[in-house]
Amino acid sequence: MDKEKRNVNYNIYVESKVPKTRAWPSLIKAFILGGAICAIGQGFFDLYTYFFPSLSESEVSTCMLMTIIFITCLLTGIGVYDVIGAWGGAGSVIPITGFSNSISSPAIEFKKEGIIYGICVKMFTIAGPVIVCGVVGSIICGFIGYFI
Amino acid sequence: MINIWDYVISFLVGGFICFLAQILVIRTKITTARILVLFLIIGMILEVFNIYAPFKEFAKAGATVPIIGFGANLARGAIMAAEEKGIIGIFTGGLTASAGGIAMAIFASFIFALIFSSKSKRGGH
Amino acid sequence: MQTYKLKNKVYILEGFSMVGPLEGKGPLKDYFDYIIQDDTLKEKTFEKSERKLLYDLIINAVDKAGLKMSDIDFFIGGDLLNQIVSSSFAARELNLPFIGLYSACATMTESLAISGIFVDNKIANNIVASTCTHFSSAERQYRFPLELGNQRPPTAQWTITGGGASIVSNIPSKIRINAVTFGKVIDYGISDVNNMGAAMAPAACDTIKLHLKNTNHKVSDYDIILTGDLGKLGSEILIDLMEHENIILGQNYSDCGCMIYDKSERVFMGGSGAGCSASVLNSYVLYKMKKGDFKRVLVVSTGALMSTTTSQQGDTIPGIAHAVELVFNDLDAEKNRKKMGETSRLKRKEDVKPLSNLKKTDKKKSKIN
Repeated sequence: MDKEKRNVNYNIYVESKVPKTRAWPSLIKAFILGGAICAIGQGFFDLYTYFFPSLSESEVSTCMLMTIIFITCLLTGIGVYDVIGAWGGAGSVIPITGFSNSISSPAIEFKKEGIIYGICVKMFTIAGPVIVCGVVGSIICGFIGYFI
Repeated sequence: MINIWDYVISFLVGGFICFLAQILVIRTKITTARILVLFLIIGMILEVFNIYAPFKEFAKAGATVPIIGFGANLARGAIMAAEEKGIIGIFTGGLTASAGGIAMAIFASFIFALIFSSKSKRGGH
Repeated sequence: MQTYKLKNKVYILEGFSMVGPLEGKGPLKDYFDYIIQDDTLKEKTFEKSERKLLYDLIINAVDKAGLKMSDIDFFIGGDLLNQIVSSSFAARELNLPFIGLYSACATMTESLAISGIFVDNKIANNIVASTCTHFSSAERQYRFPLELGNQRPPTAQWTITGGGASIVSNIPSKIRINAVTFGKVIDYGISDVNNMGAAMAPAACDTIKLHLKNTNHKVSDYDIILTGDLGKLGSEILIDLMEHENIILGQNYSDCGCMIYDKSERVFMGGSGAGCSASVLNSYVLYKMKKGDFKRVLVVSTGALMSTTTSQQGDTIPGIAHAVELVFNDLDAEKNRKKMGETSRLKRKEDVKPLSNLKKTDKKKSKIN
């Protein structure tokens, strides 16, 4: 029997067997969680604008992001963020909290392999691509901005 | 001075971006790292085409908190530094603009990694 | 010849099972010998917890069987961690000749089968066959850090914390190993690591089919046919595949992964891991066989033989399944054991939880790391 054909047929068959989960609940959860995180961000933004009127808008923005990142790392450390993430799905990944969680979770997980080879090396196992693509992309954007 | 509308629009726009991402997750089984990179690049593209600034003006934190804002920030930093300082700015601008977030993420992760250990999951969720 | 029929009488003298807190809440909770409340087992890392779990299993199984460590000729087993470290590190403390095996989640039946052949050919008298898995160590090796906030797809399975150890021996007991079948590695081109049930089902189908053919048995001859960790989806696929081969798996078919967890615990398709079939086999199955409820049992553990590297490189997932056929041996085993004259055995009834055994071995256990 033709193996490739058998495998293709089997894959199609398995695909048809996979239970169809109702998408709406998870979509709504993602919407609520993502929206809530952004609204909290707006809260910090207003707070810092009020207390530090001398800062520029982008600086306030940075402070707000740093605060959210810090809180996420803390929540990851005390073992709460994975529960939030499992509930909200992409709602926890797309906000900057997802980036923060993807740095802190391997750092905490691989602590047992030591500080250098555990925390420092493994810290970027998940978020590494974000930083790499971010830097490469920004340089490409810089070239575009410079020459056009 | 607190404008309730800012919060509503942040919630709605931020939520909608996550909603789109969740559709992607369900449809394509995309992993965390890939989805972060994808939205980061979307942010950069928005910035390059000058769509991000008016979008941010409209959506407030709904635009800055999602990873799209991070990407746009990187791109804007590089473009602006390139205009100011020339070629060297192309390389320094991106990271300079987003240094705060990256530094805090690394610092906080390092500190908390020293303090906390991972816990086993109590059950399915 | 994939099926080996044991010529001499080879028995499973005793089995010991230990599971973690989540499994301890499941439907089989009354059958397990010991339920661990703290799944770190007071060790610093989850890898250390896993090897301690395996060590405890073996020590307690030997104790429960009323044997001494010096009576054991071999330790045959494996686990899921890279380079099967849990088994070899546990063997370091056990001071036993160690034969390390790897068939992913099919390790339990593979160990039993090889132990059976060893005893059958009089190479050894008593062998301990054991394997276990730990959710947290498997998770950090195969998937993501525990604290990462990610969602699992609905086809995902939950690696169990727990395992089992069996004493394969020539001392008569109520459970006899009748025949074993070693499976072929079968790959139907599934590459989704979150759908291992579908990847392993063809292997299980092939092994069961061959075993039935080589032993001239029908499905209805068995009181229970038990697959290892296909999960809900995988077992549905297996039923369909078998139907395609004109073999109808009826009421007597079940899957360890589906049995071990409560429906209320959201573990998606059910349990997985080498410890899954090991713990169910050494608790529920052996208990039912000792009572005589099951006269003939076919246990088919299934394994997915991929690594994180191969799946990242886009390779498909090969599956394997090994089958062990156990039959009820209607002889007064208690009488036989009394002859050997050890008083501790008098207490040994199936329903006595060996908590005292565990305490007794605490000192021995602390040796490990």
